[in-house]
Amino acid sequence: MIGRDILGIEDLSREDIETILETAERMQEIGNREVKKVPTLRGRTHINLFFEPSTRTQTSFEIAGKRLAADVVNFSVSSSSVTKKETLLDTAKTLDAMDPDVVVVRHKVAGVPHRLAEVLEAPVINAGDGAHEHPSQALLDMLTVREQKGGIEGLTVTIIGDIAHSRVARSNIYGFRKLGAEVRVAGPPTMLPAEIEQLGVKAYTNLREAIEGADVVMALRIQMERLEGACFPSVREYAATFGLDRARLHYAKEDAIVMHPGPVNRGVELAHELADHRPSVILDQVRNGVALRMALLYLVAGRGGR
Amino acid sequence: MSRLIVRNGRLLDPSQDLDLEAGLAELLIDDGRIATLATGGESIPTDGAEVVDAEGAWIAPGLIDVHTHLRQPGQEYKEDLASGGTAAVAGGFTQVACMANTDPVNDDPSVTKYILDRAEKESPAKVRVIAAATRGLRGEVMTEMMALREAGAVAFSDDGAVIMDSGVMRRVLEYSKMADAPVVVHAEDCALRGGGVVNEGPVATRLGLPGNPAAAEEIMVARDVRLASLTGAHLHVAHVSTAGAVHMIRKAREAGIRVTAEVTPHHLTLTDEATMGFDTNTRVAPPLRSRADVDALRAALADGVIDVIATDHAPHASHEKEVEFTEAPPGMIGLETAVAVCLELVRDGMLSPLELVRRLSTEGARILGLEGGSLRVGAPGDVALIDPERKWTYDPSQGFSKSRNSPWSGETFTGRVKATIVDGRLVYDFARGVLIR
Repeated sequence: MIGRDILGIEDLSREDIETILETAERMQEIGNREVKKVPTLRGRTHINLFFEPSTRTQTSFEIAGKRLAADVVNFSVSSSSVTKKETLLDTAKTLDAMDPDVVVVRHKVAGVPHRLAEVLEAPVINAGDGAHEHPSQALLDMLTVREQKGGIEGLTVTIIGDIAHSRVARSNIYGFRKLGAEVRVAGPPTMLPAEIEQLGVKAYTNLREAIEGADVVMALRIQMERLEGACFPSVREYAATFGLDRARLHYAKEDAIVMHPGPVNRGVELAHELADHRPSVILDQVRNGVALRMALLYLVAGRGGR
Repeated sequence: MSRLIVRNGRLLDPSQDLDLEAGLAELLIDDGRIATLATGGESIPTDGAEVVDAEGAWIAPGLIDVHTHLRQPGQEYKEDLASGGTAAVAGGFTQVACMANTDPVNDDPSVTKYILDRAEKESPAKVRVIAAATRGLRGEVMTEMMALREAGAVAFSDDGAVIMDSGVMRRVLEYSKMADAPVVVHAEDCALRGGGVVNEGPVATRLGLPGNPAAAEEIMVARDVRLASLTGAHLHVAHVSTAGAVHMIRKAREAGIRVTAEVTPHHLTLTDEATMGFDTNTRVAPPLRSRADVDALRAALADGVIDVIATDHAPHASHEKEVEFTEAPPGMIGLETAVAVCLELVRDGMLSPLELVRRLSTEGARILGLEGGSLRVGAPGDVALIDPERKWTYDPSQGFSKSRNSPWSGETFTGRVKATIVDGRLVYDFARGVLIR
């Protein structure tokens, strides 16, 4: 039973995830129509509350809301509570007083959507919190893999990059494990968080070993600003040790697909030629993102009166 | 001359290793000091004295907290000497030592005197002052320790403003010997901690919050123990939180180095799992650690490697805690819950009631060189009555501290302070509230 809010994949059961994916599969058809709109959420208010800029995720949620005929409002707050001298709860309660039907929250600090969900009347969808979770991204990744591979059970999924600072990695670890895949993570030791194997994954510092026999290879975006934290010595060294290109992809299964949450640093985590063509499914991920977010909005805001 | 008799309780006085069942002991406080301690079942003639009936409670020397933040001067919106001192007596504490991170910093005798003067007038608990070890808590130039000592300071510490320069730390320790007062350290390598806000480990990994490794504490404990050995000074390690730090302190004591140590009620009872709901009231420095660390701290307290329980009472206003987890200032209030929380150790068989009182009272007096922590004839008339069975539910908004930042809000505890006596005056009674502010 999916709860009131969608805060993380860790909280969802396998059945919940399957319900969401099946709902999304039904939503995909709407995007192929000439008139891409259904009246499902007409008269409902959907607020995107983004404390951290994210053009892609925000646009995807916005389009999803509009295809369901919700009134979508984007509310961007660029600074932290401390610099604004406004507490998080004040911001949340102010919005809540305008009676939204769903609030989609993005924040650079882990836990903010959880704290807001405790005080808001409206249900909350987490659109990414710090290095904690990014459930809609993981769900669209699972949707894409299901579409490409026909199922997830028994697959081997390798996630490469800055696992320590990645919400995408955490949500995908929980999700793919719950659906029966083996999950591996790979990156330099400075980018592997403490005791990551307790999440039920194998950790690798050797790219070849990590992708040997994998069905899905997911490269994460390297944040160039992590250079300041000295998690790796140089972009050149990262590309040389963990960058994915066609030659290295040969270690994976012949029919392996390549994924990336975007935006891609070309020539760093992914070679130029891999970013654009199969077996890369990056644009399928983006396309599926809209349908998946429509499913989330429908399941959370489409229930009877509040 | 006021006379007050306490009778009918189980008397626990660690300073004399006395544990007497109810009915055997009676206590007469006359003119602020313990005048008679009857231990053979004989009754002290009432003779017009006020009588406090301790039925169902332990009669213990007034509790002593060697580590609090009372926020005055400068941050009175969080706490002041009156509210902090009132919270103290409501928690059974008759003496509390306050840290120097006020505004202005307590690095000057005039600030020390101000705090002591105001406390004398406004706080029902006796306030003792820990002055800064370096000017402005900047870790550069040591304070005038002789003058601060003269003004009343009982110890020196920069607490959370860690002295990272080992050369400065060495000189502070050396010089403190002349002032004959301990140097209290918040042991944490700030560079290794970085932006860490929760214990580095599986919980931090799941939450996606920056981790603070146990090694950040252990490196500084190792350094400071070596400097204590080098200088012969008395080092007191504040709020020990890791098994590795316990191990190093144990070894140092075996080697005869003058090291004492404290642990907080929260580090003894909560693990980093308490942060799973992102409650900013669980953000403390050092962070809540793993189960293995908690077990090591409990064992060290039981065998005396950790001398004393200190609350690190750190009030923060609600609006300061209602922010992102990483932006929330670290700390929780603790004066009013310490006894209730620590009684868990007695029920778990880790400490006898007498040993719990020793760690909450007698040892604090010894470490800071204070009168008190004893029910001997001639000692100050400071007494805490602790009812170990009383059930109650904690509501910080009904408490005496100005702040509410406690992770135990709504918790139902077994055991609480029944009454508190300071210098022979009943200042707090659970049934009647605070009697003298």
